[in-house]
Amino acid sequence: MSVVLEARGLVKRYPKATANAVDGLSLSVREGSCFGLLGPNGAGKTTTVEMLEGILKPDAGVILYRGAPAGTEFRERTGIQFQDTALQDHLTVRELLNLFGALYPKRLSEAELTKLCDLGELLDRDPEKLSGGQRQRALLALALVNDPDIVFLDEPTTGLDPQARRNFWDLARSIKARGKTVLLTTHYMEEAYALCDEVAIVDKGRIIAQGAPDTLLKKHFDGVVIELPKGDFKAPPGGLQGEVIERGEITELLTGEVEAALEALKRGGSSLAHLRVRPRTLEDLFLALTGRELRE
Amino acid sequence: MMRRFWAVLIGRNKEFLRDRGALGWNILFPFFVVFGMAFAFSDKGQDVFKVGVVGEVSALPAGFGATKHLKFVPFEDKAVALGKLRHHQLDMLVSPGRPLVYFVNEKSPKGYLVEKIMLGTDAASFAPAREAVEGRPIRYVDWLVAGLLSMNMMFSALFGVGYNLVRYRKNGVLKRLKATPLRAVEFLTAQVVSRLILIMGVFTVVYHGSDFFLHYERLGSLFDLYLIFALGSACLVSLGLLVAARVTSEELAGGVLNMLSWPMMFLSGVWFSLEGAPAGLRFVAGMMPLTHLIDAARAVMTEGATLSQVAPHLYVLSLMTAVFLAVGAYTFRWD
Repeated sequence: MSVVLEARGLVKRYPKATANAVDGLSLSVREGSCFGLLGPNGAGKTTTVEMLEGILKPDAGVILYRGAPAGTEFRERTGIQFQDTALQDHLTVRELLNLFGALYPKRLSEAELTKLCDLGELLDRDPEKLSGGQRQRALLALALVNDPDIVFLDEPTTGLDPQARRNFWDLARSIKARGKTVLLTTHYMEEAYALCDEVAIVDKGRIIAQGAPDTLLKKHFDGVVIELPKGDFKAPPGGLQGEVIERGEITELLTGEVEAALEALKRGGSSLAHLRVRPRTLEDLFLALTGRELRE
Repeated sequence: MMRRFWAVLIGRNKEFLRDRGALGWNILFPFFVVFGMAFAFSDKGQDVFKVGVVGEVSALPAGFGATKHLKFVPFEDKAVALGKLRHHQLDMLVSPGRPLVYFVNEKSPKGYLVEKIMLGTDAASFAPAREAVEGRPIRYVDWLVAGLLSMNMMFSALFGVGYNLVRYRKNGVLKRLKATPLRAVEFLTAQVVSRLILIMGVFTVVYHGSDFFLHYERLGSLFDLYLIFALGSACLVSLGLLVAARVTSEELAGGVLNMLSWPMMFLSGVWFSLEGAPAGLRFVAGMMPLTHLIDAARAVMTEGATLSQVAPHLYVLSLMTAVFLAVGAYTFRWD
């Protein structure tokens, strides 16, 4: 698959800031893939994505769309859903679709958008009066109104309840199924894991790890996480194979040797009644790479 | 290009028309002002007697010229002075000399009184010759209405466009539009045209609505009046656009707009004529678009001026509009 969007050495510093918001970041996005920028709040995800969208001007670095600097065609071929999108007052979803549709040379019909984003009864309503999930669907329809090649979704499910979040994931998958490239930012690792073919983990304006989610996890971890309530855990006298981390009320044992670890725990007198074993996640990876939690 | 412009224009119009509160206020407020002023000033437009003098005031008979509570206004052009006399803007017109020729409006009670006063002074010995003119009075409200309508236009233009644009910038509506192929000039033109349509719509309703009750004495052409108001509001809307071109704070925008609109409200001749004001003040007033709008509209209303007679004002308004628009569009920022 060819590279549709590429950034090299992006730098952005806001006035009066003491550090670069984006600090020499490079990435390339393959056509038809879902690329995720994963990182905590303030990592520089939105700044990065707004430079890629052409909304912010980078202080340094280049952005290439199909190998050439992004120009008018790029604007016509992209769809954007901002983290916080404000819309004109007093217009219905249908009127906004028509307004934005008229701004592009090519547009998807109202019927197609309605079907794609499940707009149904939302068309004649005021976007301000929709629920979080409904509003995100309407905004997604606006981002798709020009039938774009690349869709930018900046934290599309922040603030949604789990059900609405899963519904939105289904929409994102159906967009991808239409052959569109999706560039997603999120601070939910399960979202990145569920949707993305490739993730870049961003911290302090830099990419600290990049690759397919499973490949990344395999590369950095072998083994699983054994979780015990903090009170149930007793350190065995002979020590444990693996690393012990305390996360709130939970003690985690990261190990590749599950059976040996369980033996040792039993020997040491830990209660295993509430034990859980789970695979390593991108959240663990972020913690391992930065020493900080993703959602601090 | 036209399609994008239309889309934004129609969107903006719908947005405004559905904001019932703002729409009602935009129409009702000028009505309140016009009627309030019409009643407040219905009978005391001029509280001294005004006597026009053809030529120098010093040429008058000394005793008559020294009469208290008479205000003597010199005129070089007798025809202009006669026009004012016909519309009760002067109570009498005197051409000094022997015989002393004087003109009175038969319909004016004040003219009758001033005539009696004059004939009781030394002017009686200058072989006074009386000539009568006739004409309906131009009331204060006829004079005032052009200023009031212009002032209302100013607020609607400056705040309607300026404040709204800053709000759009602050809440991110402009940022969302920036992400589309829409160009700044298309967007801004749509904002200007939308506001012009609204302002002229309100003007039509308020002017003709209040005319129905107050029966304005309009001497010039209604078409000319519309043209002048359209040009004036284009100029004021452009000024609003210029203020809002890059400001991101509603407070700052509000402050700047107030700083522009309040001096204009008091210094551009809405309430009282600037004839006879100090030169410095008139110079400042001449820099204000509202002054030119009011002067031109009032000349058409109360003096029957034609477009060519008010052309200097129209040139200034056109020039200001072009400069405000060009600088506003050039410095415009989406975010």
